Amino acid sequence: MELCSEEAMKYVWEGAIPLQIHLHESDVTTLPPPPPALVLGPRIGYLPLLVPIIKPYFSGALPPGEDTVWFDYKGLPLKWYVPLGVLFDLLCAEPERPWNLTVGDGAVSVSVTLKIDQSPKVHFRGYPGEVLTPCEGEETVKWSYINSLKEAAYVINGNSKSIMNMPQADQFDLWQSLIKGDMDGYHRISSRLKLGPVGEDCILNRASSMQSRQATDEPEIVGSNRPSRLPVRLYVRNVDQDLEYLEDVQTLDNWDSVSYINRAIEFHKEGGNYMTLKHAMRNILREIFSEEASTNANELDGTEEADSAYRDLETTSMKNDLVEESTFGRQGPNKGTLVRIQGIEPDLDIPFAWVVNNLKNPDYFLHVCVYVGTSSKAKAK
Amino acid sequence: MYQWDGTLSPSEFDISVADLCERWREVGTSLPQWVWLPDRALGALSCNVAAGYLAIENIYHQNASEEGSFEESISRDEEPFDEATLVPSNKNDMHIYDYHILYSFTFRVPVLYFRGYQSDGCPLKLVDIEKDLPAYSLKLLRESKWAFITQEDHPYLHRPWYTLHPCGTGDWMKFLLCSDAPNKIPPLHGYLSAWLSVIGQVVGLRIPIGLFKSV
Repeated sequence: MELCSEEAMKYVWEGAIPLQIHLHESDVTTLPPPPPALVLGPRIGYLPLLVPIIKPYFSGALPPGEDTVWFDYKGLPLKWYVPLGVLFDLLCAEPERPWNLTVGDGAVSVSVTLKIDQSPKVHFRGYPGEVLTPCEGEETVKWSYINSLKEAAYVINGNSKSIMNMPQADQFDLWQSLIKGDMDGYHRISSRLKLGPVGEDCILNRASSMQSRQATDEPEIVGSNRPSRLPVRLYVRNVDQDLEYLEDVQTLDNWDSVSYINRAIEFHKEGGNYMTLKHAMRNILREIFSEEASTNANELDGTEEADSAYRDLETTSMKNDLVEESTFGRQGPNKGTLVRIQGIEPDLDIPFAWVVNNLKNPDYFLHVCVYVGTSSKAKAK
Repeated sequence: MYQWDGTLSPSEFDISVADLCERWREVGTSLPQWVWLPDRALGALSCNVAAGYLAIENIYHQNASEEGSFEESISRDEEPFDEATLVPSNKNDMHIYDYHILYSFTFRVPVLYFRGYQSDGCPLKLVDIEKDLPAYSLKLLRESKWAFITQEDHPYLHRPWYTLHPCGTGDWMKFLLCSDAPNKIPPLHGYLSAWLSVIGQVVGLRIPIGLFKSV
């Protein structure tokens, strides 16, 4: 079975969120205020990397002084180290196109009387240091990314050596490929890092290069007794309402309402079958993805489902037809969940290996947004 | 031949937490007791082994310049003293620290998160915290590839805290606990006490001598 899909990976790398970025009213010193900047933000990228593009739009309107840029969405300061696509999937229950953000600053002269609505904004002053870790620009983001990569390597290989021993030039090229969205360039370098992909035998192909990715090659056996482990980051929102009506989901006003779960999923075959995405989720969120859930009578050939799910992957600014959400596992009578990865809501019976190989971020983590709510569509066993 | 890699599983962490709390109680110290705070956000919805953190808070820390040597400060700790009657020479010198121990599911080791404040509640910056650290600790932090302090979001409190990066922990714990018997897995219930007796010194948390000896 084909566990790697270059087409799927391309969708991920080319995925972007159309952003309409407003300068926060307290940063505006001109009348009329500058119009919002319209920017396409790569899903796999990070907000601070957009600052060089955004700043020219607003520099004429900013007060004098030093800038420390941060973003907020409806009052919630955005964590800059979370990939942009993940932020969008998590904060916009009902995808908003374009995504309205605010950039701005603390209280400086306000000379605007127009009402600016509560959409996401950019700030250039007044960095909320009690809520956000400091970010000084591209270097900080790169450092955070490399750290995530080291953590992923540790999970996969039991050590971070392949990252720590990377020549400086490779590290530079890897980072440049990421920010430019150059998938091929990225894979050329990352294939030397011995981080996968996951093969048919549930064994990580550490000696892989792009060509030998067909899972039937002899992969290296994982280190002596260690099961394969795959790095996953879950962002769980308990929305406490019907997931049928996503547009009614309350705005997130506090990061305390999101559980940030950093895990290593042990990866194995379940009685001859591939471990599914649902099995993997159950590893972490046992009660939500319990065994009692009804499953569709699917073939375990996940390719078909995956492809159909992919047709809905957001790559343009056109309105998205939402994929039907999955409602699996129940705590109470009508508990439902919605799993969103790279903007799509995949069938939970897709093999976990496929999901990881194709939907992971460049930091080798699979970032998964989970909405936990109720569902009038929840079916009994 | 199986070699222990210096890490521990989530359930081993839980057992070690209980063990540390008990040792801490038994060894007798003027420092407060550790308190386990479970992860409330997900609660019953998740697999909640090792989900939460061990906390010790409001630890008063005299300015480093006023402290004696490490040995002196330890012997001071052995004398019981009542914090309520402690009158600092200059109130502004008192820094207050909170320490949390969490489990890293990716590195499979404990991680320390900590925060410092001035007596008026104003948070300390890293440069201020470094002034509170013993000299040998600063040297280690500057020279070691494995020990360094960063500012990260606390996984449960979602705000920036300082932390000692966990990446090298497995290696030095392996050395600490089984350098004389490398092919055996040591009993892991004492893992956290052993770990804390080292980490505590790095961040200037005064670990009672009894804890270290009893591991």
